[in-house]
Amino acid sequence: MTTQTITPRMYVAVFAALATLTLVTTGVAYIDLGVFNPVAALTIAVVKATLVVLFFMHVWFRGKLTWVFIGAGVLWLAFLIAFTLSDAVTRPWIPIPTPWTGSALYPGGPGSGGAER
Amino acid sequence: MQPGRLTLSETNSLVAHQFETLEQQHLAGWLGMWIFLATEVMFFGGMFAGYALYRWAYPGAFAAASRELEVLLGATNTLILIVSSLSMALAVHSAETGRRQRLIGFLLVTMALGAAFLGIKGIEYLQKFEHHLVPGSGFVFAAPFQRTAQIFFSFYFALTGMHALHMLIGEGLLTALVIRAWRNAFTPEHHAAVEITGLYWHFVDIVWIFLFPLLYLIERHR
Repeated sequence: MTTQTITPRMYVAVFAALATLTLVTTGVAYIDLGVFNPVAALTIAVVKATLVVLFFMHVWFRGKLTWVFIGAGVLWLAFLIAFTLSDAVTRPWIPIPTPWTGSALYPGGPGSGGAER
Repeated sequence: MQPGRLTLSETNSLVAHQFETLEQQHLAGWLGMWIFLATEVMFFGGMFAGYALYRWAYPGAFAAASRELEVLLGATNTLILIVSSLSMALAVHSAETGRRQRLIGFLLVTMALGAAFLGIKGIEYLQKFEHHLVPGSGFVFAAPFQRTAQIFFSFYFALTGMHALHMLIGEGLLTALVIRAWRNAFTPEHHAAVEITGLYWHFVDIVWIFLFPLLYLIERHR
């Protein structure tokens, strides 16, 4: 289970990439990209997390079995977030009886940008 | 016999009876930690899903509340955690190559950086109390987000608080490693605990890599 192929120099290179990406994500947040601001922030975070998993956590140098567990974690996280948001986002597509529209989560209708209190 | 190599009887004493070899034992521990980390993804994932839902429902309040956080402190803490991950990786490398003093040194550096992170986090929490930004009856925020900004700060304290708790547990695990390394418990053949604790430390770093942009960097360009 030793990973002699990794040298300290490689760790330092990965660290330099992570530090650079931290500065990039901070800088990009101050540029107006519209809806792509959160997309850019999450893309950079995913790249940083991937670098940590592959090199600091040695996954690149180990057997494929580890990928089953990483894949399971990522897949179920995707299910959790995708199905939660797909429910919330699609609700206004169907007319809702009026007494129910003023819920705490959706004052004035979800995503309408209206009536945030 | 090579110096630093274990004799057969020494190796056998380190292998629990359910395992054939030390390497198999190490692999089982490695996979066990990955299974635990997958459950941790689900644990933090629930809070991230809630965050996504409410940020979508109240974009204005989340942007206004996020601007109350100090980017400089958040970015500094991000860099501190990344350096601590580098130091942890080098500690694992030191254990693999059988350098005990370096191993102890890098573990202590990792712990010090973790403590620095928690110190800065503490300063930030104190500021939130002073600025009346803790959800509850004392919460004060500019109109029109007096109520909805509390939702952002509830997520802020829940997410960063659980992350800080994981950091504290990590500090405890590192303390145990330092003591064991001090007692000469690790060799190039037998250092699974160092590598597996490293996995945990790097995971906690990854959680913060997502928390930093999601909490501190919402619509900063306005």
